[in-house]
Amino acid sequence: MIVSILHRATGIALSVAGLAVLTWWLMALAHGPEAYATFEKASHSWIGLVVLIGLTWSFFQHLLSGIRHLVMDTGAAFELGVNKTFAILTIVGSVILTALLWAWLLGVRP
Amino acid sequence: MSTGDSSTPIGKARGLGSAREGGEHWLTERVTSIALLLLGTWFIASILLLPKLDPATLLEWLRAPSGAIPMALLVVVGFKHALDGMKVFVDDYVHEPGSNFVINTLLLFFAVAGGAISLYALAVLSFGAAS
Repeated sequence: MIVSILHRATGIALSVAGLAVLTWWLMALAHGPEAYATFEKASHSWIGLVVLIGLTWSFFQHLLSGIRHLVMDTGAAFELGVNKTFAILTIVGSVILTALLWAWLLGVRP
Repeated sequence: MSTGDSSTPIGKARGLGSAREGGEHWLTERVTSIALLLLGTWFIASILLLPKLDPATLLEWLRAPSGAIPMALLVVVGFKHALDGMKVFVDDYVHEPGSNFVINTLLLFFAVAGGAISLYALAVLSFGAAS
């Protein structure tokens, strides 16, 4: 149930904020170093990081629960135990992937 | 789909749920989701593998066909999938036909405009021009 709601919520977040950031990012890149510096300044502020990390988690959560929905569209994984495990795994997976991605971007990357 | 009075009763009913439409939309949403599974993974992997995320590196990546083409596809399929998803959300909560039409039409305009702006940006950064 919670995973189903999250699928919607993250879908809306990605549609609105995700695509807005993607569009802004591409426009900033196209308009030269100054425009890109403005984007970079915003994305490196703490609020920018919260938004980007939130969008990254939304992306992974939506992707994993999207895979779950595709599997369920075939008629599989409706058994209570399997279904619940699968749902929990989408959350565990999205949190781990988000943590790994940002650990890499903010520190580990050589 | 219904083919008129000459079709059999089952022929008229086949493919039509209680909503009388939407099969196409449902399928498109799934097909674009599979495409985005690939394009999204490509995007994340690219960001992780780029040596740096400064403008020079990013531009080199997106100017090459191997970057520009998947990115254009990500933009188009992304906006389409977002539009389809938002429509499901709106249809679930806005039942009054007039409001439903207005909101869905606004979403369509936003999605097409957003997609056009992103593709324009991609074209400018690939082929130069206004900087």
